[in-house]
Amino acid sequence: MRRVLPALALPVVLIAAWWVASAGSTSFFWPPLRTIVEAFPRTWTADPLVNDVLPSLARLAIGYLAAVVAGVALGVAIGSSRTLRELSEPLLEFLRAVPPPVLVPVIALFAGYTGWTSKIITIALGCVWPVLLNTIEGVRSLDEVLRDTARSYRFGRVATLWHVVLRGASPRIVTGARQALSIGVILMVISELFGADRGLGAAIVQFQRGFAIPQMWTGIILLGLIGVALSGLFRLVEHRTLAWYRGLRQAERGA
Amino acid sequence: MTVVSLPGRASARPVSLGLLGLAAAVALLELLPRLGIVDSRFLPPFSAMVRSLAEQATTAAFWTATGQTLRGWALGLAIAMAAGIAAGVVVGSVPLLRALTASTIEFLRPIPSVALIPLVVLIYGSEMPSALVLVVYASFWQVLVQVLYGVADVDPVVRDTARSYRFSRRAIVRTVVWPTAMPYVVTGFRLAASVALILEITAELIIGVPGLGRSIGLAQSSGAVAETYALVLVVGVIGVLVNVLARAVEKRALRWHTSVRRDL
Amino acid sequence: MTVILNVDGLAKTYTGHGREVEAIRDLTFQIHKGELVCIVGPSGAGKTTLLRCVAGLLDSSGGEIELDGASVKEPPPGMAVVFQEYGRSLFPWLTVRKNVELPLREKGLGKADRRAKVEAALDAVGLRDSADAHPWQLSGGMQQRVAIARAVAYEPSVLLMDEPFAAVDAQTRADLEDLVRRLWLQLGVTVLFVTHDIDESVYLGQRVLVLSNRPTVVLEDVRIDLPDERDQLGTRSSARFSELRGHVYELIQLAKKGHRPASPPSAG
Repeated sequence: MRRVLPALALPVVLIAAWWVASAGSTSFFWPPLRTIVEAFPRTWTADPLVNDVLPSLARLAIGYLAAVVAGVALGVAIGSSRTLRELSEPLLEFLRAVPPPVLVPVIALFAGYTGWTSKIITIALGCVWPVLLNTIEGVRSLDEVLRDTARSYRFGRVATLWHVVLRGASPRIVTGARQALSIGVILMVISELFGADRGLGAAIVQFQRGFAIPQMWTGIILLGLIGVALSGLFRLVEHRTLAWYRGLRQAERGA
Repeated sequence: MTVVSLPGRASARPVSLGLLGLAAAVALLELLPRLGIVDSRFLPPFSAMVRSLAEQATTAAFWTATGQTLRGWALGLAIAMAAGIAAGVVVGSVPLLRALTASTIEFLRPIPSVALIPLVVLIYGSEMPSALVLVVYASFWQVLVQVLYGVADVDPVVRDTARSYRFSRRAIVRTVVWPTAMPYVVTGFRLAASVALILEITAELIIGVPGLGRSIGLAQSSGAVAETYALVLVVGVIGVLVNVLARAVEKRALRWHTSVRRDL
Repeated sequence: MTVILNVDGLAKTYTGHGREVEAIRDLTFQIHKGELVCIVGPSGAGKTTLLRCVAGLLDSSGGEIELDGASVKEPPPGMAVVFQEYGRSLFPWLTVRKNVELPLREKGLGKADRRAKVEAALDAVGLRDSADAHPWQLSGGMQQRVAIARAVAYEPSVLLMDEPFAAVDAQTRADLEDLVRRLWLQLGVTVLFVTHDIDESVYLGQRVLVLSNRPTVVLEDVRIDLPDERDQLGTRSSARFSELRGHVYELIQLAKKGHRPASPPSAG
């Protein structure tokens, strides 16, 4: 209780302040919070949830997971070979520096910008760089002694890959995956703003264009909640997979 | 010991190999459309992109757009840095504030900045302040979180020493808190610099705020394929320069800092 | 006694970028089944290079290494290595038990078999109670015990130890030395123990191979005729121990000055 109370105090105060301050608002852009809250269940009924929100999240999940798998696979390959690493470094440096949203018009050139494929490709291409670069770094900095240990005990390829390379690089992989997730959410929205289409981002823009301001606000809030939920989910996964790493770091610091 | 250091090509090799990698990518971009493997209506040869870039470089519009993008980026970054450092030092120095805000920061940070796009469009339309709000919002968190880490890293013994000598609050911030937090601030700057560029380009592309992002959108929708790619290349180069600059700043600022900090 | 490890004319030259460093010139020695042999030499004598070549982790530039009659080109099946860097040779993401078990699984042992061997090995090094801890929760000496348990459970025909106690404190070190002696006597495993510590080499070994300066050759093969039952106090204060230690010490001093054997021990 002691820890929960201060954690909740400020959010509650902020929401209360918003509620009170906006109560008598006649401003077109800033409707009373009460109106927004009332609009929420009316706006996000089963139909938009199934036809807008779920497809958006599904595209995000597919694109993101594809990026993680591809990033880790490529990263392990590049990270394990010094030649490959030196060969690809400046190129990757450039590709990483390209702001991911410009992928949208480029992909639009190829396939137009409707349907799922182009959106998923956008998300995957945007998310892959942080995963890839962090995996390379993680594999590169694997402990030499650990590699020798695996070799001297004649670990097979699969066991070396799984128990040594991937586990050893996992803290960096997770760092990359976390960065990729926030890029993924951004691209999920942007990919829907570009072409006229359905989806959570598209729906919010529709509200804005139709001047349905309270509905637009509910969309912004929903998007925020999704961002928070995804980051919470990620923390949960991270907490489970990297428990050993936290312990190790603590032990090192204590020593 | 078996580690035998061998002098020689060690430093020269990566550069030349890296150039080889870049050259291979350029060659691929040139050959794929030329050999008809990829339709040149979608992907023109690299030489066509370069030609288009050279043409654009002679126009005032290109340089105006570049200037607008860079200005928006720099202004937003500067505001985010100032606000992030100020808020971070204040919140980080007061334990009660820190405890109260921790959860709120964790809650607000993952809210995607693009959620604000409809709002800024309503309020500012496709003008520069729209982009500014997005840039500042997104990069502010990067700076704030790093500054909070930095302030938390202050050695309590050093702080107590300063207190026991009756340093003023301002003197403590200047002589104790700031030097400790400095490396973190610089890391925050590096992270914020690239996030700021992403949001600046996004705002230009999606909302139509003047700048290179809007030029890319216009070129694409008018079917100027080579021009689109040329502009994407320019944006990529700007991104590389921003990274290089930020890393150079970080390196300079951290030269005196002996402790090895992990990059987050 | 049968020869289990045969090193014949081993040479290792590091080459790279137009420079050559001759680390090992010509090393020849044999180890018989069940022996405990220490290798000692001045720092920079290529001890670790030698051990990595024997372990199959490093390609030699000349000569022959045979384990159980088979040429060593890559890490051979019947060999286990305990590295000096205990903290870095254990998998931090696995528990102690899993660390010991993983090589056995890779060896293709069944579950019940694995469990029995893991328990026995952890018992032997006195770590039964820490089986479910992670390595980083243990002290340095305990971590090195885990590495030893892992090696012992693997049941190698030759156990290689590369300055395994160089990074632990003196008391722990004495305990671990006795542990190695005890395991060797109990299990009859062949041990090749590399160290830079003269006392340690004399206390542990049946034979001590003293290496020369780089490029390395064997300076002398010293037979340690101390009784098999050794203890830290009695053995180390015995007259014979002092003699042997003095002898090895002199050899090392000679090695540091660049002294080399008059005729190479391996004429062929």
